[in-house]
Amino acid sequence: MSKLTGLLNWVDARFPLTSSWKEHLSEYYAPKNFNFWYYFGSLALLVLVIQIVTGILLTMSYKPDAAQAFASVEYIMRDVPWGWLIRYMHSTGASMFFVVIYLHMFRALLYGSFRKPRELIWIIGMLIYLTLMAEAFFGYLLPWGQMSYWGAQVIVNLFSAIPLIGEDLSLWVRGDYVVSDATLNRFFAFHVIALPLVLIGLVVAHILALHEVGSNNPDGIEIKDNVDPETGIPRDGIAFHPYYTVKDIVGVIVFLAIFSTVMFFVPEMGGYFLEYNNFVPADPLHTPDHIAPIWYFTPFYSILRAVTYPLFGIDAKFWGVLAMGASVMIFFALPWLDRGRVKSIRYRGWIFKTALTVFVISFMVLGYLGTLTPTPATTMAAQILSILYFAFFILMPWYTRIDPVKSVPERLQT
Amino acid sequence: MSVNFLLALFSLALFATLPAFSAAADIKLDHAAVDLRDPISLQRGAKTFINYCLHCHSASYMRYSRLTDLGLTEQQIKDNLLFEGEKVGQTMTVAMRKDDAREWFGAVPPDLSVIARSRGADWLYTYLRKFYRDESRPTGWNNTVFPAVNMPHALYQLQGAQRLEKVEVTNAAGEKHFEHKLVLAEPGQLAPLEYDRLAADLVNYLVYMSEPNKITRLQLGIVTLFFLALFFVLALFLKKEYWKDVH
Repeated sequence: MSKLTGLLNWVDARFPLTSSWKEHLSEYYAPKNFNFWYYFGSLALLVLVIQIVTGILLTMSYKPDAAQAFASVEYIMRDVPWGWLIRYMHSTGASMFFVVIYLHMFRALLYGSFRKPRELIWIIGMLIYLTLMAEAFFGYLLPWGQMSYWGAQVIVNLFSAIPLIGEDLSLWVRGDYVVSDATLNRFFAFHVIALPLVLIGLVVAHILALHEVGSNNPDGIEIKDNVDPETGIPRDGIAFHPYYTVKDIVGVIVFLAIFSTVMFFVPEMGGYFLEYNNFVPADPLHTPDHIAPIWYFTPFYSILRAVTYPLFGIDAKFWGVLAMGASVMIFFALPWLDRGRVKSIRYRGWIFKTALTVFVISFMVLGYLGTLTPTPATTMAAQILSILYFAFFILMPWYTRIDPVKSVPERLQT
Repeated sequence: MSVNFLLALFSLALFATLPAFSAAADIKLDHAAVDLRDPISLQRGAKTFINYCLHCHSASYMRYSRLTDLGLTEQQIKDNLLFEGEKVGQTMTVAMRKDDAREWFGAVPPDLSVIARSRGADWLYTYLRKFYRDESRPTGWNNTVFPAVNMPHALYQLQGAQRLEKVEVTNAAGEKHFEHKLVLAEPGQLAPLEYDRLAADLVNYLVYMSEPNKITRLQLGIVTLFFLALFFVLALFLKKEYWKDVH
């Protein structure tokens, strides 16, 4: 035992091991009133690890080659020992990553976690979200099925809507006149090394920034404002380890049960997680009747399609791309758009609650519409919902200021 | 409370709106009785597949040796299911050249390894039973599920030849109108019900072949959930023990 302590002291004299353990786990004081919505941060980290580990294993048998990619995925599904399990874990993990991230972001909206002093946590988080979208988009091409191929074709073609440089830009992105082997290889490079590196760096930054200012909580009260003068520990704080590590284990098991239910019993998730048409090998000469992006992109895809009017002599598609870009990027401005006097939905008035409900419904219905073939009626619905979507952000400085808020207590309400 | 309401909405959006196979939504598909735990049906389906489909359609991700899943021995596979000169570890490829296929049928017959995953069992089961004589087509055959299909009716000898006929139908209200109906014009070697059975077995096999590990997957899923349920109880008690002193 003393030998172990000796070794630990030797390391601590050269590396901040014990001090990091304390700073980030055993002496990181988190509010004691975390609820259901606070599981999704640790779950996102878990899914990241699942994706990296399964991704490394898949890379050992996958062939990033237009002539072999589809067959190599089927080889993994059939001939590689446990390959089917690894592949389903990765494909289910991709969708579950977005489920977890969307719920994690929604938590921030509920409790004002993006508000001062956590603006940088939010911005880094948004960068993680953007990177994740790119990561998912590049990864979706790799199985080289019809949906992989035509999905990539449609998205890369969006660049061509930019006036003057658009055509050259999309050509540069693809590396060919159509999505081809060159495209597959560069997407593979981005998917397996470039973006995962960025992702891990951003996740570390996200956690460092969080631990610098401390966690928000369902009451939106700063626990650091009420510190025990003797110990310097927040009166409403508890050590992350062991309290939240043991609590998060419970969350992890429930999450893994849901994950496993999907992965083992409905890995296609009715065509949402694995699209049926993606079991047809990519065919550049045959465009499918219906090209739908995977579910986590459909709200933004709906906004893209909702823009049908050309403006200033420029094609409607360009404005659609711009609206789609804006619909994602506008999240970055959230810390400065919200002028409410309270952070948490518990003390907000009816106006914010209504606005958030309308926003969530708009987001989900837009997502649903994005999976359908557009008709005049669905386009009209998407246009109205897009306006509601943007109104949530643009009107926020106004409605959060006039919102009749309740008074916030001094201490956490458990 | 609004939080619970929003949570409910989230789960609704995720799980409630499962779409069906999008293709050919207006055609009524017959239900295929798929049972991956019926080795006799799967063996019959494999035999039909190898004897009738595998001349033009490959299944190039499927190995003959994998058919041991269906309760066959390697010797049985070698003796009954391999073509001349093939080895049991090989995948199910075809000798027909793609250029020839294009010339003969106007298209290359698709590989059928994962066809059940893109088309769905019901579509395949209906498709296999809806061929009819159509002299306007180059092959002399057409299909109500897949109009202007390039494939001739490969199971013609078994099913016989159907014709698409206009028949007068009287509905419940006593109104008369015309409907298109398939009528068996020349009987085949099998009675209609026997042919349906054959098509069902074939589809059953195609579903198996599209994911040979499916049964293992389902079994492992139950074991995993059982393990997680036990683990959940332990984790919950551990959490409660630690949180006793949090007030």
